[in-house]
Amino acid sequence: MEQIITLIESIINESVKREVNCTPETVNLPAGVFVSVMEGLYQNPSTYFDQLSCITGIDNGPQANTMEVIYHLYSIPFNQSLAIKVVLPRDHATIDSISAIWKSADWLEREVYDMFGIHFNNHPDLRRILLPADWEGHPLRKDYQHQEAYRDIKVKL
Amino acid sequence: MALHSTVTENKIQYKFNDTNLERSEPNKFHARELRTEEMIINLGPQHPSTHGVLRLEVLSDGEVVKDVVPHIGYLHRCFEKHAENLPYNQIIPFVDRLDYVASMNNEHAYAMGVERMLGIREQIPKRVEYIRVLVAELNRIASHLIAIGTYGLDLGAFTPMFWAMRDREHILRMLEWTCGSRLLYNYIWIGGLFYDVPVGFEDRAKEFVDYFRPKLDELENILITNKIFIDRTAHVGVLPMDLAINCGVTGPMLRASGLRLDLRRVDAYSVYPELDFDIPIGEGKMGTLGDCWDRTWVRFQEMKESLKIIAQCVVKLKGDHARTRDFDPQALVPRKIRPKAQDFYIRAENPKGELGFFFRADGRNDFPFRCKVRSCCFSNLSVLQEISKGVLIADLIAIVGSIDMVMGEVDR
Repeated sequence: MEQIITLIESIINESVKREVNCTPETVNLPAGVFVSVMEGLYQNPSTYFDQLSCITGIDNGPQANTMEVIYHLYSIPFNQSLAIKVVLPRDHATIDSISAIWKSADWLEREVYDMFGIHFNNHPDLRRILLPADWEGHPLRKDYQHQEAYRDIKVKL
Repeated sequence: MALHSTVTENKIQYKFNDTNLERSEPNKFHARELRTEEMIINLGPQHPSTHGVLRLEVLSDGEVVKDVVPHIGYLHRCFEKHAENLPYNQIIPFVDRLDYVASMNNEHAYAMGVERMLGIREQIPKRVEYIRVLVAELNRIASHLIAIGTYGLDLGAFTPMFWAMRDREHILRMLEWTCGSRLLYNYIWIGGLFYDVPVGFEDRAKEFVDYFRPKLDELENILITNKIFIDRTAHVGVLPMDLAINCGVTGPMLRASGLRLDLRRVDAYSVYPELDFDIPIGEGKMGTLGDCWDRTWVRFQEMKESLKIIAQCVVKLKGDHARTRDFDPQALVPRKIRPKAQDFYIRAENPKGELGFFFRADGRNDFPFRCKVRSCCFSNLSVLQEISKGVLIADLIAIVGSIDMVMGEVDR
Protein backbone atom coordinates (compact mmCIF):
# COMPACT_ATOMS: atom_id res chain seq x y z
CA MET A 1 0.00 0.00 0.00
CA GLU A 2 2.80 2.43 0.85
CA GLN A 3 4.29 1.65 -2.56
CA ILE A 4 1.09 2.68 -4.26
CA ILE A 5 0.93 5.94 -2.31
CA THR A 6 4.53 6.70 -3.27
CA LEU A 7 3.74 5.96 -6.88
CA ILE A 8 0.73 8.29 -6.86
CA GLU A 9 2.77 11.02 -5.18
CA SER A 10 5.50 10.67 -7.78
CA ILE A 11 2.92 11.12 -10.54
CA ILE A 12 1.28 14.26 -9.17
CA ASN A 13 4.33 15.71 -7.33
CA GLU A 14 2.49 16.45 -4.12
CA SER A 15 1.38 14.54 -1.06
CA VAL A 16 -1.97 12.77 -1.28
CA LYS A 17 -4.68 12.62 1.31
CA ARG A 18 -5.63 9.18 2.64
CA GLU A 19 -9.13 8.82 3.96
CA VAL A 20 -9.79 7.30 7.37
CA ASN A 21 -12.28 4.52 8.13
CA CYS A 22 -12.49 3.30 4.59
CA THR A 23 -12.41 -0.25 3.29
CA PRO A 24 -10.57 -0.72 0.97
CA GLU A 25 -7.94 2.02 1.42
CA THR A 26 -9.14 5.23 -0.16
CA VAL A 27 -7.05 7.98 -1.65
CA ASN A 28 -8.46 11.44 -2.22
CA LEU A 29 -7.36 13.05 -5.46
CA PRO A 30 -8.09 16.42 -7.07
CA ALA A 31 -10.13 16.21 -10.26
CA GLY A 32 -7.44 17.80 -12.41
CA VAL A 33 -4.76 15.14 -12.00
CA PHE A 34 -6.80 12.06 -11.44
CA VAL A 35 -6.79 10.73 -15.00
CA SER A 36 -2.98 10.72 -15.14
CA VAL A 37 -2.92 8.85 -11.81
CA MET A 38 -5.41 6.30 -13.13
CA GLU A 39 -3.28 5.78 -16.21
CA GLY A 40 -0.23 5.33 -14.02
CA LEU A 41 -1.97 2.83 -11.77
CA TYR A 42 -3.16 0.89 -14.79
CA GLN A 43 0.12 0.80 -16.66
CA ASN A 44 2.72 0.57 -13.92
CA PRO A 45 3.87 -3.07 -13.65
CA SER A 46 4.21 -2.84 -9.88
CA THR A 47 0.55 -1.93 -9.34
CA TYR A 48 -1.26 -3.16 -12.44
CA PHE A 49 -4.82 -2.32 -11.50
CA ASP A 50 -6.39 -4.15 -14.39
CA GLN A 51 -9.98 -4.22 -13.20
CA LEU A 52 -12.28 -1.31 -12.50
CA SER A 53 -15.01 -2.87 -10.39
CA CYS A 54 -17.31 -0.06 -9.51
CA ILE A 55 -17.94 3.64 -9.87
CA THR A 56 -20.07 5.19 -7.17
CA GLY A 57 -21.51 8.65 -7.21
CA ILE A 58 -22.43 10.34 -3.96
CA ASP A 59 -24.27 13.58 -3.40
CA ASN A 60 -23.45 15.15 -0.06
CA GLY A 61 -26.43 17.45 -0.21
CA PRO A 62 -26.87 21.19 -0.76
CA GLN A 63 -25.36 22.09 2.63
CA ALA A 64 -22.01 20.44 2.07
CA ASN A 65 -22.31 21.50 -1.57
CA THR A 66 -20.06 18.71 -2.83
CA MET A 67 -20.41 15.57 -4.86
CA GLU A 68 -18.08 12.63 -4.86
CA VAL A 69 -17.15 9.97 -7.37
CA ILE A 70 -15.49 6.87 -5.96
CA TYR A 71 -13.65 4.40 -8.17
CA HIS A 72 -12.99 0.89 -6.90
CA LEU A 73 -9.97 -0.69 -8.52
CA TYR A 74 -8.74 -4.23 -8.19
CA SER A 75 -5.44 -5.69 -9.26
CA ILE A 76 -5.91 -9.37 -10.10
CA PRO A 77 -2.21 -10.42 -10.11
CA PHE A 78 -1.40 -8.65 -6.82
CA ASN A 79 -4.80 -9.23 -5.17
CA GLN A 80 -4.90 -5.59 -4.13
CA SER A 81 -7.91 -3.32 -3.86
CA LEU A 82 -7.83 0.43 -3.91
CA ALA A 83 -10.45 3.14 -3.98
CA ILE A 84 -9.92 6.55 -5.52
CA LYS A 85 -12.15 9.37 -4.39
CA VAL A 86 -12.66 12.61 -6.25
CA VAL A 87 -14.63 15.44 -4.69
CA LEU A 88 -16.43 17.79 -7.06
CA PRO A 89 -18.27 21.07 -6.51
CA ARG A 90 -21.98 20.52 -6.68
CA ASP A 91 -22.85 23.35 -9.04
CA HIS A 92 -20.18 22.39 -11.57
CA ALA A 93 -19.92 18.61 -11.32
CA THR A 94 -17.66 17.71 -14.22
CA ILE A 95 -14.95 15.10 -14.36
CA ASP A 96 -12.86 13.48 -17.06
CA SER A 97 -13.93 10.10 -18.33
CA ILE A 98 -11.64 7.11 -17.89
CA SER A 99 -13.46 4.90 -20.37
CA ALA A 100 -10.38 5.04 -22.61
CA ILE A 101 -8.46 3.12 -19.92
CA TRP A 102 -11.08 0.68 -18.70
CA LYS A 103 -13.97 -0.17 -21.00
CA SER A 104 -16.10 -1.07 -18.01
CA ALA A 105 -16.15 2.63 -17.13
CA ASP A 106 -18.37 3.28 -20.15
CA TRP A 107 -21.62 2.01 -18.67
CA LEU A 108 -20.70 2.74 -15.07
CA GLU A 109 -20.11 6.41 -15.89
CA ARG A 110 -23.35 6.54 -17.82
CA GLU A 111 -25.14 5.28 -14.74
CA VAL A 112 -23.53 7.94 -12.52
CA TYR A 113 -24.49 10.58 -15.08
CA ASP A 114 -28.03 9.25 -15.14
CA MET A 115 -28.47 9.23 -11.38
CA PHE A 116 -26.47 12.32 -10.36
CA GLY A 117 -26.04 14.50 -13.43
CA ILE A 118 -22.28 14.43 -13.10
CA HIS A 119 -20.87 15.17 -16.52
CA PHE A 120 -18.01 13.05 -17.84
CA ASN A 121 -15.78 14.82 -20.36
CA ASN A 122 -14.64 12.83 -23.39
CA HIS A 123 -17.10 10.04 -22.78
CA PRO A 124 -17.87 8.33 -26.11
CA ASP A 125 -21.60 7.98 -25.59
CA LEU A 126 -22.97 9.84 -22.59
CA ARG A 127 -26.69 9.06 -22.60
CA ARG A 128 -29.06 8.09 -19.85
CA ILE A 129 -28.89 4.38 -19.27
CA LEU A 130 -31.52 3.29 -16.77
CA LEU A 131 -34.09 6.06 -16.91
CA PRO A 132 -35.99 7.18 -20.01
CA ALA A 133 -34.24 9.85 -22.04
CA ASP A 134 -36.96 12.41 -21.33
CA TRP A 135 -37.03 11.92 -17.56
CA GLU A 136 -36.60 15.17 -15.63
CA GLY A 137 -33.89 15.48 -13.02
CA HIS A 138 -31.36 13.12 -11.52
CA PRO A 139 -33.04 11.03 -8.82
CA LEU A 140 -30.20 10.24 -6.44
CA ARG A 141 -29.40 13.89 -5.83
CA LYS A 142 -30.44 14.80 -2.32
CA ASP A 143 -32.54 17.76 -3.45
CA TYR A 144 -34.33 15.79 -6.18
CA GLN A 145 -37.94 16.75 -6.77
CA HIS A 146 -39.80 14.17 -8.78
CA GLN A 147 -41.97 15.34 -11.60
CA GLU A 148 -45.73 15.32 -11.11
CA ALA A 149 -46.55 13.02 -13.98
CA TYR A 150 -44.71 11.16 -16.68
CA ARG A 151 -46.88 10.64 -19.79
CA ASP A 152 -50.00 11.13 -17.67
CA ILE A 153 -48.85 8.46 -15.26
CA LYS A 154 -48.73 9.87 -11.77
CA VAL A 155 -45.18 9.52 -10.48
CA LYS A 156 -46.09 9.38 -6.81
CA LEU A 157 -49.47 8.13 -5.69
CA MET B 1 -67.86 14.91 -23.55
CA ALA B 2 -68.45 15.38 -19.88
CA LEU B 3 -68.23 11.64 -19.36
CA HIS B 4 -65.05 11.48 -21.37
CA SER B 5 -63.32 14.14 -19.28
CA THR B 6 -64.09 12.35 -16.01
CA VAL B 7 -62.75 9.14 -17.50
CA THR B 8 -59.54 10.90 -18.48
CA GLU B 9 -59.06 12.16 -14.97
CA ASN B 10 -59.72 8.93 -13.18
CA LYS B 11 -59.26 5.91 -15.38
CA ILE B 12 -56.88 6.40 -18.28
CA GLN B 13 -53.37 6.41 -16.99
CA TYR B 14 -51.42 6.44 -20.20
CA LYS B 15 -52.02 8.46 -23.29
CA PHE B 16 -50.71 6.74 -26.39
CA ASN B 17 -48.59 8.78 -28.69
CA ASP B 18 -46.54 7.23 -31.44
CA THR B 19 -43.56 9.46 -30.65
CA ASN B 20 -43.36 8.15 -27.08
CA LEU B 21 -40.74 5.51 -27.81
CA GLU B 22 -38.65 7.90 -29.83
CA ARG B 23 -38.61 10.33 -26.93
CA SER B 24 -38.07 7.89 -24.09
CA GLU B 25 -35.63 5.38 -25.60
CA PRO B 26 -34.27 6.96 -28.76
CA ASN B 27 -32.34 4.73 -31.12
CA LYS B 28 -28.66 5.38 -31.42
CA PHE B 29 -28.79 4.85 -35.17
CA HIS B 30 -31.14 6.75 -37.41
CA ALA B 31 -32.58 5.26 -40.57
CA ARG B 32 -31.75 8.27 -42.71
CA GLU B 33 -28.03 8.05 -41.88
CA LEU B 34 -27.64 4.40 -42.77
CA ARG B 35 -26.03 2.93 -45.86
CA THR B 36 -28.31 1.27 -48.36
CA GLU B 37 -27.63 -2.28 -47.27
CA GLU B 38 -27.96 -1.57 -43.56
CA MET B 39 -31.09 -2.05 -41.54
CA ILE B 40 -32.11 -1.53 -37.92
CA ILE B 41 -33.76 -4.50 -36.28
CA ASN B 42 -35.32 -4.12 -32.88
CA LEU B 43 -35.07 -7.15 -30.59
CA GLY B 44 -37.11 -7.09 -27.44
CA PRO B 45 -37.92 -5.91 -24.83
CA GLN B 46 -40.57 -8.61 -24.87
CA HIS B 47 -38.74 -11.16 -26.98
CA PRO B 48 -38.38 -14.44 -25.06
CA SER B 49 -34.77 -14.97 -26.08
CA THR B 50 -33.67 -11.73 -24.41
CA HIS B 51 -34.26 -13.25 -20.95
CA GLY B 52 -36.40 -10.52 -19.53
CA VAL B 53 -36.87 -6.97 -20.63
CA LEU B 54 -33.71 -6.31 -22.57
CA ARG B 55 -34.06 -4.34 -25.76
CA LEU B 56 -31.39 -4.74 -28.39
CA GLU B 57 -31.08 -2.32 -31.26
CA VAL B 58 -29.33 -4.31 -33.95
CA LEU B 59 -27.72 -2.69 -36.95
CA SER B 60 -27.60 -5.45 -39.49
CA ASP B 61 -26.44 -6.07 -43.00
CA GLY B 62 -28.58 -8.96 -44.13
CA GLU B 63 -27.97 -11.66 -41.54
CA VAL B 64 -24.76 -10.11 -40.24
CA VAL B 65 -24.80 -8.01 -37.11
CA LYS B 66 -22.76 -4.86 -37.63
CA ASP B 67 -23.44 -3.27 -34.28
CA VAL B 68 -25.72 -3.89 -31.35
CA VAL B 69 -26.82 -1.32 -28.79
CA PRO B 70 -28.46 -2.66 -25.62
CA HIS B 71 -31.19 -0.48 -24.13
CA ILE B 72 -31.76 -1.33 -20.49
CA GLY B 73 -33.73 0.12 -17.63
CA TYR B 74 -37.15 -1.40 -18.24
CA LEU B 75 -37.04 -3.11 -14.85
CA HIS B 76 -35.56 -0.24 -12.88
CA ARG B 77 -37.03 -0.29 -9.38
CA CYS B 78 -34.98 2.42 -7.68
CA PHE B 79 -33.18 0.10 -5.29
CA GLU B 80 -30.56 2.68 -4.38
CA LYS B 81 -33.12 5.39 -3.71
CA HIS B 82 -35.18 3.02 -1.57
CA ALA B 83 -32.11 1.95 0.35
CA GLU B 84 -31.38 5.52 1.40
CA ASN B 85 -34.69 5.62 3.24
CA LEU B 86 -34.71 2.22 4.94
CA PRO B 87 -32.96 0.73 7.96
CA TYR B 88 -30.28 -1.80 7.13
CA ASN B 89 -32.33 -4.86 8.06
CA GLN B 90 -35.32 -3.76 6.02
CA ILE B 91 -33.20 -3.50 2.88
CA ILE B 92 -32.74 -7.28 2.79
CA PRO B 93 -36.08 -7.99 1.00
CA PHE B 94 -35.08 -5.44 -1.64
CA VAL B 95 -31.69 -7.12 -1.99
CA ASP B 96 -33.54 -10.40 -2.71
CA ARG B 97 -35.13 -8.81 -5.71
CA LEU B 98 -31.90 -7.83 -7.41
CA ASP B 99 -30.89 -11.18 -8.82
CA TYR B 100 -34.15 -12.90 -8.14
CA VAL B 101 -33.02 -16.38 -9.13
CA ALA B 102 -30.15 -16.33 -6.62
CA SER B 103 -31.58 -14.44 -3.66
CA MET B 104 -29.66 -16.35 -1.03
CA ASN B 105 -26.34 -15.33 -2.56
CA ASN B 106 -27.40 -11.69 -2.62
CA GLU B 107 -28.48 -11.81 1.01
CA HIS B 108 -25.28 -13.53 2.00
CA ALA B 109 -23.16 -10.79 0.44
CA TYR B 110 -25.28 -8.02 1.90
CA ALA B 111 -25.46 -9.46 5.42
CA MET B 112 -21.73 -10.07 5.38
CA GLY B 113 -21.07 -6.46 4.43
CA VAL B 114 -23.20 -5.00 7.21
CA GLU B 115 -21.76 -7.43 9.76
CA ARG B 116 -18.25 -6.37 8.89
CA MET B 117 -19.25 -2.72 9.20
CA LEU B 118 -20.66 -3.41 12.65
CA GLY B 119 -17.59 -5.43 13.61
CA ILE B 120 -19.52 -8.55 14.60
CA ARG B 121 -18.03 -10.69 11.84
CA GLU B 122 -15.94 -12.84 14.21
CA GLN B 123 -18.82 -13.60 16.56
CA ILE B 124 -21.15 -15.23 14.03
CA PRO B 125 -21.52 -18.90 15.04
CA LYS B 126 -20.00 -21.46 12.70
CA ARG B 127 -23.32 -23.26 12.37
CA VAL B 128 -24.93 -20.10 11.04
CA GLU B 129 -22.15 -19.66 8.52
CA TYR B 130 -22.39 -23.26 7.36
CA ILE B 131 -26.15 -22.99 6.91
CA ARG B 132 -25.64 -19.79 4.93
CA VAL B 133 -23.13 -21.45 2.65
CA LEU B 134 -25.36 -24.51 2.27
CA VAL B 135 -28.41 -22.54 1.17
CA ALA B 136 -26.34 -20.20 -0.98
CA GLU B 137 -24.77 -23.10 -2.85
CA LEU B 138 -28.17 -24.73 -3.33
CA ASN B 139 -29.34 -21.48 -4.80
CA ARG B 140 -26.26 -21.27 -6.99
CA ILE B 141 -27.22 -24.61 -8.51
CA ALA B 142 -30.78 -23.40 -9.04
CA SER B 143 -29.48 -20.29 -10.78
CA HIS B 144 -27.15 -22.24 -13.05
CA LEU B 145 -29.97 -24.65 -13.89
CA ILE B 146 -32.06 -21.72 -15.09
CA ALA B 147 -29.12 -20.41 -17.10
CA ILE B 148 -28.50 -23.75 -18.77
CA GLY B 149 -32.14 -24.73 -19.25
CA THR B 150 -33.16 -21.48 -20.88
CA TYR B 151 -29.98 -21.42 -22.90
CA GLY B 152 -30.88 -24.79 -24.37
CA LEU B 153 -34.32 -23.41 -25.11
CA ASP B 154 -32.80 -20.45 -26.96
CA LEU B 155 -30.85 -22.82 -29.16
CA GLY B 156 -33.80 -25.10 -29.85
CA ALA B 157 -33.18 -27.88 -27.32
CA PHE B 158 -36.47 -28.37 -25.55
CA THR B 159 -35.90 -31.34 -23.25
CA PRO B 160 -33.04 -29.97 -21.09
CA MET B 161 -35.29 -27.11 -19.98
CA PHE B 162 -37.76 -29.57 -18.45
CA TRP B 163 -35.02 -31.60 -16.82
CA ALA B 164 -33.41 -28.50 -15.39
CA MET B 165 -36.71 -27.18 -14.07
CA ARG B 166 -37.58 -30.54 -12.56
CA ASP B 167 -34.36 -30.60 -10.56
CA ARG B 168 -34.60 -26.93 -9.69
CA GLU B 169 -38.00 -27.65 -8.23
CA HIS B 170 -36.38 -29.92 -5.62
CA ILE B 171 -34.13 -27.07 -4.55
CA LEU B 172 -36.96 -24.57 -4.42
CA ARG B 173 -39.07 -26.93 -2.32
CA MET B 174 -36.20 -27.42 0.09
CA LEU B 175 -35.68 -23.69 0.41
CA GLU B 176 -39.42 -23.20 0.80
CA TRP B 177 -39.33 -25.70 3.61
CA THR B 178 -36.57 -23.68 5.23
CA CYS B 179 -38.03 -20.21 5.09
CA GLY B 180 -41.51 -20.30 3.64
CA SER B 181 -41.01 -18.81 0.23
CA ARG B 182 -39.79 -20.21 -3.02
CA LEU B 183 -37.85 -17.42 -4.62
CA LEU B 184 -37.43 -14.34 -2.41
CA TYR B 185 -36.37 -15.68 0.92
CA ASN B 186 -35.41 -12.96 3.43
CA TYR B 187 -33.72 -15.82 5.26
CA ILE B 188 -30.20 -14.60 5.96
CA TRP B 189 -30.39 -11.78 8.45
CA ILE B 190 -27.73 -9.42 9.66
CA GLY B 191 -26.05 -11.28 12.49
CA GLY B 192 -27.78 -14.58 11.96
CA LEU B 193 -30.63 -16.33 10.28
CA PHE B 194 -34.38 -15.99 10.28
CA TYR B 195 -34.64 -19.51 11.68
CA ASP B 196 -32.59 -22.65 12.03
CA VAL B 197 -32.99 -25.14 9.20
CA PRO B 198 -35.90 -27.54 9.79
CA VAL B 199 -35.24 -30.90 11.43
CA GLY B 200 -34.20 -33.37 8.75
CA PHE B 201 -33.02 -30.72 6.30
CA GLU B 202 -29.45 -32.00 6.36
CA ASP B 203 -30.57 -35.52 5.41
CA ARG B 204 -32.72 -34.13 2.64
CA ALA B 205 -29.81 -32.08 1.33
CA LYS B 206 -27.62 -35.19 1.31
CA GLU B 207 -30.37 -37.06 -0.50
CA PHE B 208 -30.55 -34.30 -3.06
CA VAL B 209 -26.80 -34.44 -3.68
CA ASP B 210 -26.95 -38.18 -4.29
CA TYR B 211 -29.98 -37.79 -6.53
CA PHE B 212 -28.63 -34.86 -8.49
CA ARG B 213 -25.13 -36.11 -9.36
CA PRO B 214 -26.24 -38.65 -11.99
CA LYS B 215 -28.98 -36.30 -13.22
CA LEU B 216 -26.37 -33.64 -13.81
CA ASP B 217 -24.26 -36.01 -15.89
CA GLU B 218 -27.37 -36.92 -17.82
CA LEU B 219 -28.13 -33.26 -18.47
CA GLU B 220 -24.56 -32.66 -19.53
CA ASN B 221 -24.71 -35.59 -21.92
CA ILE B 222 -27.92 -34.56 -23.58
CA LEU B 223 -27.07 -30.89 -23.90
CA ILE B 224 -23.49 -29.84 -24.27
CA THR B 225 -22.06 -32.84 -26.04
CA ASN B 226 -24.85 -32.66 -28.58
CA LYS B 227 -23.67 -32.02 -32.13
CA ILE B 228 -26.22 -29.30 -32.80
CA PHE B 229 -25.38 -27.53 -29.55
CA ILE B 230 -21.68 -27.61 -30.31
CA ASP B 231 -22.28 -26.28 -33.80
CA ARG B 232 -24.31 -23.41 -32.43
CA THR B 233 -21.94 -22.43 -29.60
CA ALA B 234 -18.35 -23.42 -30.37
CA HIS B 235 -16.26 -20.55 -31.81
CA VAL B 236 -19.21 -18.23 -31.23
CA GLY B 237 -18.95 -15.11 -29.09
CA VAL B 238 -15.31 -15.56 -28.22
CA LEU B 239 -14.34 -13.34 -25.30
CA PRO B 240 -10.58 -13.01 -24.89
CA MET B 241 -9.31 -12.77 -21.35
CA ASP B 242 -7.78 -9.30 -21.60
CA LEU B 243 -10.99 -7.85 -23.02
CA ALA B 244 -12.98 -9.61 -20.30
CA ILE B 245 -10.87 -8.10 -17.53
CA ASN B 246 -10.89 -4.67 -19.13
CA CYS B 247 -14.66 -4.72 -19.45
CA GLY B 248 -15.15 -5.70 -15.83
CA VAL B 249 -16.54 -9.13 -16.64
CA THR B 250 -16.56 -11.49 -13.66
CA GLY B 251 -17.87 -14.86 -12.61
CA PRO B 252 -18.31 -17.87 -14.90
CA MET B 253 -17.85 -15.68 -17.96
CA LEU B 254 -14.39 -14.60 -16.84
CA ARG B 255 -13.45 -18.12 -15.80
CA ALA B 256 -14.59 -19.46 -19.15
CA SER B 257 -12.07 -17.08 -20.71
CA GLY B 258 -9.36 -18.89 -18.83
CA LEU B 259 -8.72 -16.91 -15.66
CA ARG B 260 -8.88 -18.82 -12.40
CA LEU B 261 -10.43 -16.11 -10.28
CA ASP B 262 -13.08 -16.98 -7.74
CA LEU B 263 -13.79 -14.55 -4.93
CA ARG B 264 -14.76 -17.43 -2.66
CA ARG B 265 -11.09 -18.37 -2.81
CA VAL B 266 -9.50 -14.97 -3.25
CA ASP B 267 -11.36 -13.15 -0.48
CA ALA B 268 -11.84 -16.32 1.58
CA TYR B 269 -15.04 -15.05 3.14
CA SER B 270 -17.46 -16.97 5.33
CA VAL B 271 -16.38 -20.63 5.79
CA TYR B 272 -15.16 -21.15 2.24
CA PRO B 273 -11.49 -21.52 3.31
CA GLU B 274 -12.51 -24.62 5.30
CA LEU B 275 -14.20 -26.23 2.33
CA ASP B 276 -12.57 -28.15 -0.45
CA PHE B 277 -13.62 -27.25 -3.98
CA ASP B 278 -12.01 -26.63 -7.34
CA ILE B 279 -12.37 -23.63 -9.58
CA PRO B 280 -13.15 -24.83 -13.11
CA ILE B 281 -11.90 -22.69 -15.98
CA GLY B 282 -12.62 -22.82 -19.67
CA GLU B 283 -10.29 -24.92 -21.76
CA GLY B 284 -11.59 -24.40 -25.25
CA LYS B 285 -12.41 -28.08 -25.57
CA MET B 286 -14.84 -27.81 -28.44
CA GLY B 287 -13.74 -24.55 -30.00
CA THR B 288 -11.90 -21.40 -29.01
CA LEU B 289 -11.13 -20.51 -25.42
CA GLY B 290 -13.87 -18.25 -24.07
CA ASP B 291 -16.64 -19.12 -26.49
CA CYS B 292 -20.26 -19.77 -25.62
CA TRP B 293 -19.66 -23.49 -25.24
CA ASP B 294 -16.96 -22.89 -22.64
CA ARG B 295 -19.26 -20.66 -20.62
CA THR B 296 -21.92 -23.35 -20.49
CA TRP B 297 -19.36 -26.00 -19.66
CA VAL B 298 -17.97 -23.91 -16.78
CA ARG B 299 -21.48 -23.58 -15.36
CA PHE B 300 -21.87 -27.35 -15.43
CA GLN B 301 -18.57 -27.87 -13.65
CA GLU B 302 -19.46 -25.22 -11.08
CA MET B 303 -22.63 -27.08 -10.22
CA LYS B 304 -20.56 -30.16 -9.53
CA GLU B 305 -18.29 -28.13 -7.24
CA SER B 306 -21.35 -26.73 -5.49
CA LEU B 307 -22.55 -30.27 -4.88
CA LYS B 308 -19.20 -31.02 -3.28
CA ILE B 309 -19.54 -27.98 -1.03
CA ILE B 310 -23.09 -28.96 -0.05
CA ALA B 311 -21.98 -32.48 0.87
CA GLN B 312 -19.21 -31.08 3.08
CA CYS B 313 -21.57 -28.59 4.72
CA VAL B 314 -24.00 -31.39 5.52
CA VAL B 315 -21.23 -33.40 7.18
CA LYS B 316 -20.24 -30.37 9.28
CA LEU B 317 -23.84 -29.56 10.18
CA LYS B 318 -24.40 -33.09 11.41
CA GLY B 319 -20.99 -33.41 13.08
CA ASP B 320 -18.98 -30.53 14.54
CA HIS B 321 -21.71 -27.95 14.35
CA ALA B 322 -24.73 -30.11 14.97
CA ARG B 323 -28.07 -28.76 16.11
CA THR B 324 -28.33 -28.15 19.83
CA ARG B 325 -31.41 -27.45 21.89
CA ASP B 326 -30.30 -23.98 22.96
CA PHE B 327 -29.01 -22.83 19.59
CA ASP B 328 -30.61 -19.55 18.61
CA PRO B 329 -29.71 -18.28 15.13
CA GLN B 330 -31.20 -14.90 16.00
CA ALA B 331 -29.12 -14.46 19.16
CA LEU B 332 -26.68 -12.03 17.54
CA VAL B 333 -29.17 -10.15 15.41
CA PRO B 334 -28.71 -6.54 16.53
CA ARG B 335 -31.80 -4.74 17.73
CA LYS B 336 -30.51 -1.47 16.35
CA ILE B 337 -28.12 -1.36 13.44
CA ARG B 338 -26.04 1.77 13.42
CA PRO B 339 -22.51 1.31 12.05
CA LYS B 340 -19.96 3.98 12.81
CA ALA B 341 -19.13 6.49 10.11
CA GLN B 342 -17.25 4.77 7.31
CA ASP B 343 -17.08 3.84 3.65
CA PHE B 344 -17.27 0.14 3.02
CA TYR B 345 -17.10 -1.96 -0.11
CA ILE B 346 -17.91 -5.66 0.14
CA ARG B 347 -17.87 -8.08 -2.73
CA ALA B 348 -18.85 -11.70 -3.00
CA GLU B 349 -19.06 -14.37 -5.64
CA ASN B 350 -22.58 -14.67 -6.97
CA PRO B 351 -23.58 -17.30 -9.54
CA LYS B 352 -23.18 -14.62 -12.19
CA GLY B 353 -20.10 -12.82 -10.97
CA GLU B 354 -18.85 -10.32 -8.48
CA LEU B 355 -21.70 -8.74 -6.55
CA GLY B 356 -20.48 -5.69 -4.66
CA PHE B 357 -22.15 -3.42 -2.17
CA PHE B 358 -20.80 0.00 -1.40
CA PHE B 359 -22.03 1.54 1.84
CA ARG B 360 -21.48 4.94 3.27
CA ALA B 361 -22.60 5.16 6.86
CA ASP B 362 -22.62 8.57 8.51
CA GLY B 363 -22.74 7.22 12.06
CA ARG B 364 -25.83 9.25 13.00
CA ASN B 365 -28.54 7.31 11.20
CA ASP B 366 -29.95 3.81 11.00
CA PHE B 367 -30.14 4.26 7.24
CA PRO B 368 -27.18 4.05 4.92
CA PHE B 369 -26.25 7.46 3.55
CA ARG B 370 -25.59 5.72 0.26
CA CYS B 371 -25.91 2.09 -0.75
CA LYS B 372 -24.65 1.27 -4.21
CA VAL B 373 -24.83 -2.09 -5.91
CA ARG B 374 -22.02 -3.20 -8.13
CA SER B 375 -24.04 -5.49 -10.31
CA CYS B 376 -22.31 -8.37 -12.04
CA CYS B 377 -24.90 -8.76 -14.79
CA PHE B 378 -24.65 -5.06 -15.61
CA SER B 379 -20.93 -5.29 -16.28
CA ASN B 380 -21.23 -8.65 -18.01
CA LEU B 381 -23.90 -7.31 -20.34
CA SER B 382 -21.77 -4.30 -21.28
CA VAL B 383 -19.38 -6.63 -23.09
CA LEU B 384 -22.12 -7.73 -25.50
CA GLN B 385 -21.42 -4.91 -27.92
CA GLU B 386 -17.74 -5.85 -28.08
CA ILE B 387 -18.16 -9.55 -28.78
CA SER B 388 -21.09 -9.54 -31.15
CA LYS B 389 -19.78 -7.44 -34.01
CA GLY B 390 -19.78 -9.39 -37.24
CA VAL B 391 -21.72 -12.40 -35.99
CA LEU B 392 -24.96 -13.72 -37.45
CA ILE B 393 -28.25 -12.73 -35.85
CA ALA B 394 -28.84 -16.32 -34.76
CA ASP B 395 -25.47 -16.25 -33.04
CA LEU B 396 -26.39 -13.02 -31.31
CA ILE B 397 -29.16 -14.95 -29.54
CA ALA B 398 -26.62 -17.58 -28.54
CA ILE B 399 -24.30 -14.92 -27.14
CA VAL B 400 -27.02 -13.12 -25.19
CA GLY B 401 -28.10 -16.43 -23.68
CA SER B 402 -24.58 -17.39 -22.70
CA ILE B 403 -24.08 -14.13 -20.78
CA ASP B 404 -26.82 -15.31 -18.42
CA MET B 405 -28.00 -11.97 -17.14
CA VAL B 406 -31.01 -11.41 -14.96
CA MET B 407 -32.58 -8.09 -15.81
CA GLY B 408 -33.57 -7.57 -12.19
CA GLU B 409 -29.93 -7.12 -11.39
CA VAL B 410 -28.98 -5.21 -14.52
CA ASP B 411 -31.61 -2.56 -13.88
CA ARG B 412 -31.86 -2.74 -10.09
